[in-house]
Amino acid sequence: MRVSARTGPPRIEAIGPLRWMRENLFSSAFNSALTVIGGVISVWLAWGVADWALLRAVFTGSDGSACRVEGAGACWPFVIHKFQMFMYGRYPDDQIWRVNFTYFLALAGLVPLMLPNVPGKLWLSIYMIVVFPVIAFFLLTGSEWLGLEIVETEKWGGLLVTLVVACVGIAASFPLGILLALARRSELPLIKWLAIGFIEFVRGVPLVTVLFFASVMLPLFLPENVTFDKLLRALIGVALFSAAYLAEVVRGGLQAVPRGQFEAADALGLNYPLKMGLIVLPQALKLVIPGIVNSFIALFKDTSLVLIIGLFDLLGIVQQAVASDAKWFSPQTAVTGYVFAAFVFWLFCFSMSRYSAWLESRLDTGHKH
Amino acid sequence: MKRPSKPPAPARFSRSLTDYIYDPKARALALQAIVALLLVWFVWAIVDNTIRNLEAQGIASGFGFLDNTAGFDISQSLIAYANTMSYGRAFLVGLFNTLLVAVIGVVLATIVGFVIGIARLSGNWLIAALASVYIETLRNIPPLLMLFAVYFGVLKALPSPRNSLELPFSSYLNTRGLYFPAPVWGEGTWLFVAGVLVGVAGAVFLYLNARRKFILTGKADSIALPQLILVVGVAAIAFLAAGSPLSFDYPQAGRFNLKGGMTILPEFIALLAGLTLYTAAFIAEIVCSGILSVAKGQHEAAAALGLHRGQIMRLVVIPQALRVIIPPLTNQYLNLTKNSSLAVAIGYPDLVSVFAGTVLNQTNQAVEVILITMSVYLVLSLLTSVFMNWFNARVALVER
Repeated sequence: MRVSARTGPPRIEAIGPLRWMRENLFSSAFNSALTVIGGVISVWLAWGVADWALLRAVFTGSDGSACRVEGAGACWPFVIHKFQMFMYGRYPDDQIWRVNFTYFLALAGLVPLMLPNVPGKLWLSIYMIVVFPVIAFFLLTGSEWLGLEIVETEKWGGLLVTLVVACVGIAASFPLGILLALARRSELPLIKWLAIGFIEFVRGVPLVTVLFFASVMLPLFLPENVTFDKLLRALIGVALFSAAYLAEVVRGGLQAVPRGQFEAADALGLNYPLKMGLIVLPQALKLVIPGIVNSFIALFKDTSLVLIIGLFDLLGIVQQAVASDAKWFSPQTAVTGYVFAAFVFWLFCFSMSRYSAWLESRLDTGHKH
Repeated sequence: MKRPSKPPAPARFSRSLTDYIYDPKARALALQAIVALLLVWFVWAIVDNTIRNLEAQGIASGFGFLDNTAGFDISQSLIAYANTMSYGRAFLVGLFNTLLVAVIGVVLATIVGFVIGIARLSGNWLIAALASVYIETLRNIPPLLMLFAVYFGVLKALPSPRNSLELPFSSYLNTRGLYFPAPVWGEGTWLFVAGVLVGVAGAVFLYLNARRKFILTGKADSIALPQLILVVGVAAIAFLAAGSPLSFDYPQAGRFNLKGGMTILPEFIALLAGLTLYTAAFIAEIVCSGILSVAKGQHEAAAALGLHRGQIMRLVVIPQALRVIIPPLTNQYLNLTKNSSLAVAIGYPDLVSVFAGTVLNQTNQAVEVILITMSVYLVLSLLTSVFMNWFNARVALVER
C-alpha cells in the first residue's frame, strides 16, 4: 500500500479554528445538536441581557417617568440617583469621608498582605488585627473626644453595613472557630462535648432563626437596664453562626495533619499552645484554605439576611428603595435594583473565590497525593 | 573516695501542691471543673435574667399558648386550617409548608444539579462553558437576593387577575399565582387505583424475571416497552371500566380573582425557584468533582470490557462517583431545608414565617417559640443525616 506523502501546508480542517471546532463542537451528530441548542441559548441570553441593559435601557432622568415608558429596559438613573444611599445608607453627607477613609485604611493593610513577597507582613498583620479595628471603630461610630460627630448605627446602611457585618463576622469567627475546633478535638470530655453540642446545634438550625434568637432572645438574657445595639446583636448572631461552620472546616484540617507531627511536637517538649500554634495549626490551616474562604464567601452572602431583623444592608436598602419609593416606581425599577445588588455581591464573592484558588496553587508544596 | 549517694527517699503518701500542678490528670480535672462552674453560673445568670425580664414585661411562660386560638389566616395549608384553630395547629401548617417546599426543592435541585454538573464535563466546549457560567454566577449571589428577584422582579410584575395570562390546559398565570384545573375524583376511583397497582406489580414482575434470566444466561431482554404497555394498558382499562371517574374543576374568572381550580402561590413558586437554582449550582459542582474523582483507568477498563458510553457511566463511573458525591450532597439538602426559612422575607407561610413570625408577635413568648422552631430544624437535620448516612453506608466502598 502506498502512503501518500502529501506536501505543502496541511489541510485546512487539520489546523486552526476549524480543527478546534470540529473537535470541541461538532465531533458527533449528538454533539452538533447540543452545540446548536447551546448556541441558541447563548445568543438568546446575550441578546436578552444586552437588549435590556443597554439598547432599551434608560440612562437619564431625575425620576421614574422615563422608565415607565412601555418597553423600556433597565432603569439606570434609579441606581445612579440612589448610589450614595446604596453605598452608605443614611450616613450623614459631610461625614462620608470617614467611611471612605476607613476603606482606604483597610485596603492599605489588606492589599500588601494578600500579595506575595511584600516585606513586613508581621507588622502589617499586627496593624490589621490590633490597630485597624480600633481606628475603624472610632472613625465609623465617632467620638466626641476626637471631635468626630457620633453617627448612630441606625443611620448606617447599604454596602457599609454589608462590609461591617462581613468583616467583623470574619474577624470574630476565625479565632472562635479555631478554638471550637481545638475544643472538639480536646481530650477533656466536658470541653469536647460542649464544643460538639454547640457546633452541631448551630449547624442544625438556619441563620434566620439564629438572627431571630439574637434579636428577640438576647435582650431577655441580659440584666434589665442593659440594652444592645441592633447591629451588635446581628453581629453576635452572625459571628457565632459562622464560627460553628468554620470550626468544622478547621477540624478537617486538624485531622489531616499526620499523627507524627503531634508526637514530634510532644517529643520536643512543647506545651499545648506552642504545639498547636507552631506545629499543628500552620499545617492544618494551610490544608483547608479553600474551605475557609468558602465559609467566608458563605458568610458574605449570609449578611443579606440581616434585613429580616430590620437592618439595612445592601440588599435591604435596595429592597426598601424598590418597595417604598413611589417617585421611582416603574415596572423595571425592582429588577434594575436587584441586578445592581447581585452584581456587587457577585463581584466580592467571585474575587474571593479566585483569590483562594490562586493562593491554593501558590501554597501547594506538592505534598498532596 | 566519693561519698555514698543519698539513700532513695521513702515513698511519699501525701502529695504536695506542686505535684498536683504538674499532674496532667489533676490539671485536666481542675480545668473542667472551672469550665463547669462557669457554665453553671452562665446558665443561671441567663435563666435568672430571663425570668426577671419576662415578669417585668408581663409575658406568660410555658407551652400552654399552643392551645390558644390563633385568630389569623394562613394563605396555604396542606391540612385543614381555619383561624379559629389553635396556635399548635398553625405550627403544624407551617411545618408542613416547610417540608413541602424542602422536599420538592431537593428533588428539583438534584435533577438540575446533575444535569448541569454533567454538562460541565461535556466534551462540547459550548455546553461546558454555559454550565460553568451558570455555576459561577449563581453560586456567588445570595439566595435571598434571588428570591427577591424572582418574587418582586418577575412574579409581581405579572398581569393582574383580570388580564391573566392564558396557558395551555385552561391554566392561568397572574400576580396572585398559577391557577390550573383541579382533578376531582368521582366514584369508582378505587378501581382505577387498583388497576395502576396491578400494572406496576406486573412491570416489577417482568423486571425480576428479565433480571433472573440475565443472571442465568447473560441475555438482556429489552422490557421497557412491554412494561409501559402493561402499566398504561391495565390502568386505561380499569379507568374505562370504572366509568371514567375523573372530572376537572376549572378556574373561572370571578369578580376580583379567579375562582375554583387549584392555585400555586407566587410565594411558593419564587421560593422554590430561588432555592432550586441556588442549590443546583452547588450540587453541579459536587457532581462534577465526584465524576472527576473516578480514576481514568476505570473508564478505560470499562471501555476495554466492551461497554458502551451509557453503560460506562451507569455501571462503572456513577456508582464510584456517588461515594464521593453523597456526603457533600447531604449537606446541600440540609442547606436547602434550612434556607427555606428565607420564606419569611417574601411571606410564604413556612414554619419561621408562621410560627417565629406571626405567633411570636401575637404571644410575645419568644423563648418558647424560638426554642420550638430551632428544635424542629435540628430534628429535620438529624433525620436527614441519619437517612443519608444509611444510604452512604450502602454505596460505600466495601473492602476486604
